[in-house]
Amino acid sequence: MKLVYFAWVRERVGQAEENVEPPSDVGTVADLVAWLKTRGEGYAHAFENERVIRAAIDHVHVKPDTALDGAREVAFFPPMTGG
Amino acid sequence: MIPAVRIQHEDFDVAAEIEALSAGRMDTGAVASFIGLCRDESGRLSALELEHYPGMAEAEMSRVAEQAASRWPLIGLTVIHRFGLIRPGERIVLVLASSSHREAAFRAAEFLMDFLKTHAPFWKREHLRTGELGPWVAAKAADDVAASRWER
Repeated sequence: MKLVYFAWVRERVGQAEENVEPPSDVGTVADLVAWLKTRGEGYAHAFENERVIRAAIDHVHVKPDTALDGAREVAFFPPMTGG
Repeated sequence: MIPAVRIQHEDFDVAAEIEALSAGRMDTGAVASFIGLCRDESGRLSALELEHYPGMAEAEMSRVAEQAASRWPLIGLTVIHRFGLIRPGERIVLVLASSSHREAAFRAAEFLMDFLKTHAPFWKREHLRTGELGPWVAAKAADDVAASRWER
């Protein structure tokens, strides 16, 4: 699946997007975050306060317990500040 | 009614957008508008940089617009959000809602802004007058409260 990052999450991770193949026991958005945090300091820093990070699957906002089934693009970003 | 949703770097012409929304519609009695501008925060900022999530920003703005259209008897809706570097005094966002009567237009415009702030994937970063890159703007709890009051 493709992962995309925005704003300070992107800066901390160190890239705007990447393709990953998480292990088969990664079933939800929260599982994916937990797995990403094991991938290095940048990820650990980006997701250190998991509760503030927002996620979207295929351009739709989702909660941490949402299943990744069939997800093509998962996005992680800080709370939005547009308008 | 199909809402007009646009994301662009360029500025928009407010009068032309109002004209486009109401032209030829003899049933329109009210157009409510909201225009969000870039502040200089007491001279501290040289610009705001707006990052967005292409694809999702359009999709989410359209979803919010459809929600507004399902809640109030609207004749037209226009939502334009700019991205990129925007200087103090420049326009960032435009919401126009038209209806036969003012109440629906006012409420829909307010609803749209409350939801755009908390749901549309845009992030502001400060550029300082000193020439330095400033921090990402932090989300305000008050914006979540403003959005939650529309829940039913």
